[in-house]
Amino acid sequence: MTEIAHGTVIVQSGEAVLPRWWRTVDRVTIFCVLTLFAIGILLGFAASTPLAERNGLDPFHYVIRQGAFGAMGLSVMILVSMMGPVTIRRLGVLGFFGATLALAMLPAFGTDFGQGAVRWFSLGFASVQPAEFLKPVFVIFTAWMIASSQEVAGPPGKTVSLFAMIVIVGFLVMQPDFGQAALIIFAWSVIYFVAGAPMTLLFALMGLVGLGGVVAYNNSEHVARRIDGFLSAEIDPNTQIAYAADAIRNGGVFGAGLGEGTVRWTLPDAHTDFIIAVAAEEYGVVLVFLIIALFATITLRAFFRLMRERDPFIRLAGTGIASLLALQAFINLGVAARLLPAKGMTLPFVSYGGSSVIATGIAVGMLLAFTRLRPQGEIGDILLSRQR
Amino acid sequence: MSLRTPLRPLARVLDARAKGENPDAIERENLRLRHEAGRDKLRQRAESRLLLMSLVFLLAFGAVGARMAALATTEAEEPRVASSGAVIHTTRADIVDRQGRVLATNFATNALYAHPHEIVDARAAADGLAEIFPEMDAETLYQRFTSERRFLWLRRYLSPEQEQAVHDLGEPGLLFGPREMRLYPNGPIAAHVLGGAGFGQEAVNAAEVIGIAGVEAQFDAVLRDPGQTGPLTLSLDLTVQATVEEVLAGGMALLNAQGAAAVMMDAHTGEIIAMASLPDFDPNNRPRPALEGDPADSPLFNRTVQGVYELGSVFKAFTVAQALDLGLFNTADMIDTRGPLRMAGFNIRDFRSYGPSQSVHDVFIHSSNIGTARMAQVIGGERQRAFLDLLGLLEPAPVELVEAANARPLLPQRWGDLATMTISYGHGLSTSPVSLAAAYASLVNGGTLIRPTLMRQDAPQQGQRVISEATSAAMRGLMRATVTEGTASFGEVAGYAVGGKTGTADMPRASGGYYDDRNLVTFAAAFPMHDPRYVLITTLQEPVETSGSEPRRTAGWTAVPVAAEIIRRTAPLMGLRPEIEPSALDALSSASR
Repeated sequence: MTEIAHGTVIVQSGEAVLPRWWRTVDRVTIFCVLTLFAIGILLGFAASTPLAERNGLDPFHYVIRQGAFGAMGLSVMILVSMMGPVTIRRLGVLGFFGATLALAMLPAFGTDFGQGAVRWFSLGFASVQPAEFLKPVFVIFTAWMIASSQEVAGPPGKTVSLFAMIVIVGFLVMQPDFGQAALIIFAWSVIYFVAGAPMTLLFALMGLVGLGGVVAYNNSEHVARRIDGFLSAEIDPNTQIAYAADAIRNGGVFGAGLGEGTVRWTLPDAHTDFIIAVAAEEYGVVLVFLIIALFATITLRAFFRLMRERDPFIRLAGTGIASLLALQAFINLGVAARLLPAKGMTLPFVSYGGSSVIATGIAVGMLLAFTRLRPQGEIGDILLSRQR
Repeated sequence: MSLRTPLRPLARVLDARAKGENPDAIERENLRLRHEAGRDKLRQRAESRLLLMSLVFLLAFGAVGARMAALATTEAEEPRVASSGAVIHTTRADIVDRQGRVLATNFATNALYAHPHEIVDARAAADGLAEIFPEMDAETLYQRFTSERRFLWLRRYLSPEQEQAVHDLGEPGLLFGPREMRLYPNGPIAAHVLGGAGFGQEAVNAAEVIGIAGVEAQFDAVLRDPGQTGPLTLSLDLTVQATVEEVLAGGMALLNAQGAAAVMMDAHTGEIIAMASLPDFDPNNRPRPALEGDPADSPLFNRTVQGVYELGSVFKAFTVAQALDLGLFNTADMIDTRGPLRMAGFNIRDFRSYGPSQSVHDVFIHSSNIGTARMAQVIGGERQRAFLDLLGLLEPAPVELVEAANARPLLPQRWGDLATMTISYGHGLSTSPVSLAAAYASLVNGGTLIRPTLMRQDAPQQGQRVISEATSAAMRGLMRATVTEGTASFGEVAGYAVGGKTGTADMPRASGGYYDDRNLVTFAAAFPMHDPRYVLITTLQEPVETSGSEPRRTAGWTAVPVAAEIIRRTAPLMGLRPEIEPSALDALSSASR
């Protein structure tokens, strides 16, 4: 008798790479990512033309650049999704050391583009932000460390990864870039949480973060003003958030219509941090819902697929990457909706930005590789239970 | 919880031994079972926690969606600042030059906004506004005025004439919000020093002005401090600054240069009297920083402070000064200048040869690379490095601009023999023109260290001694001779005894190596040479002088005449009297007699 176990895939030896990839990869997620990217290009036609005009460039300069970066990002995504988890782990750990080194060298060789924080390397034709590339490989490194610490007589992976996190957060705070630092802390905590951290420790950590917030509020005028602005019942006009809120109102349910939006002329970050305001104004809240649904689909599908995963490394790494992506999207949308205090963060795949698109492509490629269907030994469980 | 099974249960081990089996297999099996049990437990926990996280993210996304929907279905309302919000300070101190002339001040103006529901005649209001403001479109305005919105911004600031014109429309639905804006009455003059300011937090009835670059950002806290007394006084002199910029722009256009920079510094106090970088910008309408491409191509880039360059032969002054000061050479000593000088597979050549051996004096005034490199060999790399460090050439210039701290000089990875020799004539080490100005001031002022500053000083800096009085005097003689008989003959300005050193450096390629036909030319000058009061650094990027039969790109033909013109026009402005030679004076008196 043959028992067909639900959800498992029969491994055929000698199956060609591409068909196997197509059969096992999460095609719905790929579709969601492509849709998000297409929306980004569509919005770019509206959002980036004022910037191009201000800089005296061809009106669709940024759209074309984004298209080129997007093509690169998507190719990288597909390529990475074809790799095996072990290859990704090896490359990822190498990448982690490389990206950390690049981050450490920023104070010496980086540039601030006149914006006060030294976050970029200028390569002449483009700029690279090492923190963007560090996030996914940091997740790989942490997941590898914590997963191997679960082996009997494994290395002290939790301590090592915690130490790495503290060093990286230190470099990021020096820049200063509190947003990326918070994301790194979040990624480590999520991985530790799913790896089975004790609840009491987690509550203590939450308390510590709260305490840190209070200290930052009392000691930094910059932070305090952001929080005050958020907590006060009324919005200061002419802040980016006020313009964004105005744009969302202006758009209503079905939008003001193509090219009818005005927010892109007033918001300096309309093509990056506040692209959702452009979406809401021109296409209405309907498009916003679609974007939210796409991000939710990507996140939840990843989580559900990872629940069935038996390899601890794959489970932890996948979780870290999926939740980073989700958190970044949530913060970006939440700021525009005034659910969160103002914090600049790009909307993955949709916002303009070369580093961001390619780094997100790498991250999602890893996620796709981790969530591919693979034999999970469930048949063994079934046989075991039938024996009893 | 059950007791843990021991890894080596004695009974089974004994049993296995009796049967002649390997007892280690038992341990391995137990280890595997324990491992699997642990993994299963962790996996179950991970499953529930992942479920929890899915729930949390679903809720978070749902909340954002709900919030967006709520926002989209409410009407726009007039923004109001809650009285509990942060206080907006609106008085920002003025910035003035050394004579008290205003460089930056505040200007009271108004922002314009509308209450469409209070507009009486939307048609007339829209047409009227479109006539006053060319960028507004009457049709769009009419649509917005007749829409359901209750509030809209029209302009962030108005000129007094525009304000009066809007007032004259007599429309009660058009309202003004008071604003204070930063005004730079001199336009682009001293743009890179001043930087610029922008609006920080804004509300209907006030907006905060914050500095975003230059001294505006460096002293932002001081300028915004409500308790400040009086304006911020800079060391700049507005008329000298304007003249330097004008002459430099003329020279840049005439010589087809890509960029130009000049620093005028008081040789005793270190005060920067003028600091110009071209192309420049208008701080009243500061361009946005370019996020792509080379930041050095932007007009926002301050070449005198942010730019670090291989400055070429002007560095020979440091080599010669150190060699004289250490007593290794005197100016009459002969040096072998036969070329090319081979070193580590690298040929050092002279632009033009003046014979197989030259005196130190001739090496300096004719700018011999080979001669200088030979002197540096005697000095040695360690002493050279220490001397340049002492002069402040290996650190970012300590001027009071936010941009300065990031402009770190580029040093060779290994300060070996070859590096020592190339640095002796200004290649292989990049530093900023403002650091060069301070170092030259230290050489010619009698030998005490000068630190550059943009703040007005009342007394000379009592800096550390870097070279002896005698060496400083010898350097003054050599620099004067460079103008009277050497490479800088176009630098002569009647009555001001100009001295200096030229430098023509090949521009480094981004891909490594150097361009043959792109130069960065520099003239480091001081005047009057018997008791130097001012140091002037003039640099031009890629200039070409085309009056001759073939294009000339050396400093002597480009930077030197521009610097001479600057001195000719600014020296009287700074109160220096021309010193007429006794014979000329005689001729003058006899003619008048």
